Amino acid sequence: MPFTLYDKLWNSHVVAEEEGGISLLYIDRAMLHEVSSPQAFAALREKGLKVRNPGAFLAVADHSVPTRHRDRPIADPQARAQVELLALNSNDFGIDMIGLDDPRQGIVHVTGPEQGFTLPGLTLVCGDSHTATHGAFGTLAFGIGSGECESVLATQVLRLTKARTLRVNVHGDLPPGVGAKDIILAVVGKLGSNGAIGHAIEYAGPAIRALTMEGRMTLCNMSIEAGSRTGLVAPDEVTFAWLEGRPLAPKGADWDAAVAHWRTLPSDESAVFDREIDIDATKLVPQVSWGTSPDQVADVTGRVPDPAGAGDAETAAKMTKALSYMGLTPGMPVRDIVVGHVFIGSCTNGRIEDLRIAARVLKDRRIADGVQALVVPGSKAVKSQAEAEGLDAIFRAAGFEWREPGCSLCVAMNDDRLPPGARCASTSNRNFEGRQGQGARTHLMGPAMAAASAIAGHIADPRDYLGEA
Amino acid sequence: MQPFTTLTAIAAPLVEADVDTDIIYPARFLTITEKKGLGRYAFHDRRYDGQGRELADFVLNRDPWRHAGILVAGPNFGCGSSREQAPWAILDLGIRCIIAPSFGEIFRGNCYRNGMLPVIVGDADHAALLSDANAGARLHVDLSARTITRPDGSTIAIAIDDGKRDALLNGWDEVMGILNLYAGTIDRYERDRRTRLPWLTR
Repeated sequence: MPFTLYDKLWNSHVVAEEEGGISLLYIDRAMLHEVSSPQAFAALREKGLKVRNPGAFLAVADHSVPTRHRDRPIADPQARAQVELLALNSNDFGIDMIGLDDPRQGIVHVTGPEQGFTLPGLTLVCGDSHTATHGAFGTLAFGIGSGECESVLATQVLRLTKARTLRVNVHGDLPPGVGAKDIILAVVGKLGSNGAIGHAIEYAGPAIRALTMEGRMTLCNMSIEAGSRTGLVAPDEVTFAWLEGRPLAPKGADWDAAVAHWRTLPSDESAVFDREIDIDATKLVPQVSWGTSPDQVADVTGRVPDPAGAGDAETAAKMTKALSYMGLTPGMPVRDIVVGHVFIGSCTNGRIEDLRIAARVLKDRRIADGVQALVVPGSKAVKSQAEAEGLDAIFRAAGFEWREPGCSLCVAMNDDRLPPGARCASTSNRNFEGRQGQGARTHLMGPAMAAASAIAGHIADPRDYLGEA
Repeated sequence: MQPFTTLTAIAAPLVEADVDTDIIYPARFLTITEKKGLGRYAFHDRRYDGQGRELADFVLNRDPWRHAGILVAGPNFGCGSSREQAPWAILDLGIRCIIAPSFGEIFRGNCYRNGMLPVIVGDADHAALLSDANAGARLHVDLSARTITRPDGSTIAIAIDDGKRDALLNGWDEVMGILNLYAGTIDRYERDRRTRLPWLTR
């Protein structure tokens, strides 16, 4: 019987089956961070439980950590207490914790893959909805709540219902200046913010095969923005080459055995998916969000849409609300949207390739007067690599601030927060109301467009800048 | 976990689509490491202005919905982040049942674990329950019978699998339940997995 990648991952992790289609799924690994773990550890203490398999966990603080003055204690007492609590809990329960001064520190979804903690064929969870990022490796990875964190810590299993399968086929080659972020924004726009609820997505097709691991992580990262907890890309030579030699990846004969296993994972040719959608990569134009839901996207060359043209009343109401919050007029060209802030970073676009392409746009240029621009590398490893390549100098010379790793303006839990009404060109994953600060407005885009918009002072087509490089 | 058996309460209408977890529980309150007493932050930026004054047009600031125990919400309610602070905050407001055409998946899963009942209904039932909510009516939820009873006495079915229903009805603790039932099964699975994939053990 032919199986999909998701079927294979799921089936090999079923510990027991219950009535009503519920399975007990074995969880190989989990990442912990300071926000969603404290209540889980508190519950373990309350019930007198131990962590079943401490080696299955890796803890790192990212959400509430400051991106400046890391040589000093965290200024916000509540954030400091939260980060200290993660260290205390990790120590008490025997879990490996990456501290703020550790060279491995970074955003969970950047650090995990970098360390080789993320491997194909495994199940991996984290109390963060962007955990699907790890699906780029052919890892069954999904976000969970704090209660589920407690389950995994104590039992190493979760009670789950198997999802339906959805294959997103991306045909053809991406045109120059169009990247993984543009694919996923277009996919979310096509599926809708709830279009993939109950489905596990597999991204497939020539345009996906051609993506680097960084691009695949960007892609899988935003699966939740279409409602899906899980996004997958089948592992291949690109995956193996990226992982080989990572600190926690298997070595020697173990590596060979692992790769042999991983080669069996891709969906069988005749496997049937519950749903499929097709995207023509050759027709893709750089994408940008205009609204307050990540499915509200437009071509950078296009116009802000008019609710009058919406297919149904519900969509029109959602559009009207978004336009009002965003302070935009229907029909205005997207490129006329003036931005005062630019953020390059996050678990979506805080990796070395993202910084490289942004730096390519910014080289020998200056950001527009009045624009405040920030680069927050996704991890210390990314930061060091970028510095070795001289990218930090390009960003600084262009007028960007060069910060320390963390979630920063993607979630605005630390002191990186925008004032009400501020408008930001952002490489993050959510444009929800207040996401970057109460009353602040977010436009989601890829790193090249964010860099181009910083230079222009308004949303700009990165292809106008990349071509000259 | 507090068992969920029956609930008779005022239902508040909150119809907009995609009420995300940042609307339900703004991220700047996520440095709080407690799970109790979060109701004051629920829907914070919809409920209060910059000075902390109540915004009169938000449904939960108006009577009778200020005392709601049920929420009739729009599609994709609770989309976005996995933060369990979202259901904790709603629960702390005294709301234990949310009815919507669809939910963010992680949010929905989090509800069950906190003795809260998320109910997915079709368009016609949703419209009927919304009109009851707009009228300030009380709904009666009976999980054992799997029904929501409207003020006119008609009933709407609750679709829920037996396992989730039994857990809610009895207030079972998920973790203790798994350990009691499956500790040995998990041991066997782990031994087998180590044999099949020896490279996996770090």
